[in-house]
Amino acid sequence: METQVNTLNVDRNQEGYLTDFSQWNKEVGEQIAKEEGIEMTPRHWEVINWIQEQVKADKALSIRGIKKSGVLDIKEFYALFPGGPLKISTKIAGVPKPKSCI
Amino acid sequence: MKNLLILGAGTAGTMMANQLRSKLKKDQWQITIVDQNKTHYYQPGFLFLPFDIYTEDQVKKVGKKFIPNGVNYVQKKIDRIFPEENKVKLEDETINYDILIIATGSKIAPEEVEGMKGKNWHKNVFDFYTYEGALALRNKLRDWQGGKMVVHLTEMPIKCPVAPLEFAFLADSYFKEKGMRDKVELTYVTPLSGAFTKEKSAETLGYLLEEKKINLEIDFAIESVDNENNKIIDYGGKEVEYDLLVTIPTNMGDDVIERSGMGDDLNFVPTDHHTLQSKDHENVFVIGDATDVPASKAGSVAHFQSETLTDNILLYKDGKPLKEEFDGHANCFIETGDNKALLIDFNYKQEPVEGTFPFSVIGPLKLLKESVFNHWGKLAFRWIYWNMLLKGIPIPFVGRNMSTKGKKL
Repeated sequence: METQVNTLNVDRNQEGYLTDFSQWNKEVGEQIAKEEGIEMTPRHWEVINWIQEQVKADKALSIRGIKKSGVLDIKEFYALFPGGPLKISTKIAGVPKPKSCI
Repeated sequence: MKNLLILGAGTAGTMMANQLRSKLKKDQWQITIVDQNKTHYYQPGFLFLPFDIYTEDQVKKVGKKFIPNGVNYVQKKIDRIFPEENKVKLEDETINYDILIIATGSKIAPEEVEGMKGKNWHKNVFDFYTYEGALALRNKLRDWQGGKMVVHLTEMPIKCPVAPLEFAFLADSYFKEKGMRDKVELTYVTPLSGAFTKEKSAETLGYLLEEKKINLEIDFAIESVDNENNKIIDYGGKEVEYDLLVTIPTNMGDDVIERSGMGDDLNFVPTDHHTLQSKDHENVFVIGDATDVPASKAGSVAHFQSETLTDNILLYKDGKPLKEEFDGHANCFIETGDNKALLIDFNYKQEPVEGTFPFSVIGPLKLLKESVFNHWGKLAFRWIYWNMLLKGIPIPFVGRNMSTKGKKL
């Protein structure tokens, strides 16, 4: 599925996640955040950068990982990305959401 | 004489001992395997123990039976690995090695969540990932009168990621058979965004929870277990009440990995995804649940890895380049209750899809689809485990790398 994001063409799956990280840039992230009702701040971007680094390093993302990241605590994570913080922040970061095997 | 040392005599370690003993010359290589436990458990059987489908005797045997002749079997506690010095300190001796294989597995760590291993542990808060937990839960279920049963998954990665779902499905069957399903409210709680998170699985299996009247609570990142009010609480403030909580606690690698400073923050050892060589030490190899590779933590995965790893150990000892071969292949039966099961076959890149297995068209097993035949397959697997898998005998028609034959791609 192709969705117009800020006049940029990016490939996204049915749930709105990017299928190709190379198409990601800050504008794309900003636009997805808007869809989720989030206004990005420098603090948001710090978290997004950390998530992208984790994924690049093949590290599994989890709430525990956030706790041990030293970047922010879990309460702040929920405050920045209310609802399902991992689900929402990964979408903005252009990386796959945490999954199981099925 | 050179020394090959294997740490852990579970599924992966035992398979490596069996495969390597027949391939390494006895006058050149001594093989030692260390594990403090005397019992070898058939861990997939822990899923069936709580429901009185398997007995205690069907899920455990004396470990020694599966260690081949010519392998030195040491039943001692492992204190610490010194990878820079090529030695491992046990409780009362030190063993030097030329090649080390880490197969120390993973274990539950309920102490990671506040209140989980509290006063109600194994009273109305249970795990079924240990022999003790599964047995305690069986005894509880035998005279449980019903109420709210919550099946809960703390965080990924866990051993056998489908086991919590299977548990919920089998619980539905169990209570139906006992004629008390109407007295049980069953809820499945996951930190993920759904019970099924892969596109094809969600499409084809989404009906299962509804059909079995299992409530679903998603995006639940547990903060604590409240033992006074019998509820679990998440970081976002959500609460789920239970009368009986069956939880999969955080899974972590063995403590010896942490003591040795060789793991990530879950004590899993950084490992090359395709060669299974440790990322930090070239004469250290890692297999099974102990690795940090993004494959499922499952016996079938350890089995497929063992074939690649055996080849790579032989290549490494001769100074040849390693095979970058392992593809994350997993093959798992998934019980869906009512004497039916699914089969999934997938790898790092390919998500589970529908089709037939292991052959196109004729199967006889069906992928990602419920069938009675798959259920028989799962039950037959116990025999295959004890008699073929542990001994390192290849499974006919099922290769180490995933095949696309029969898959609807």
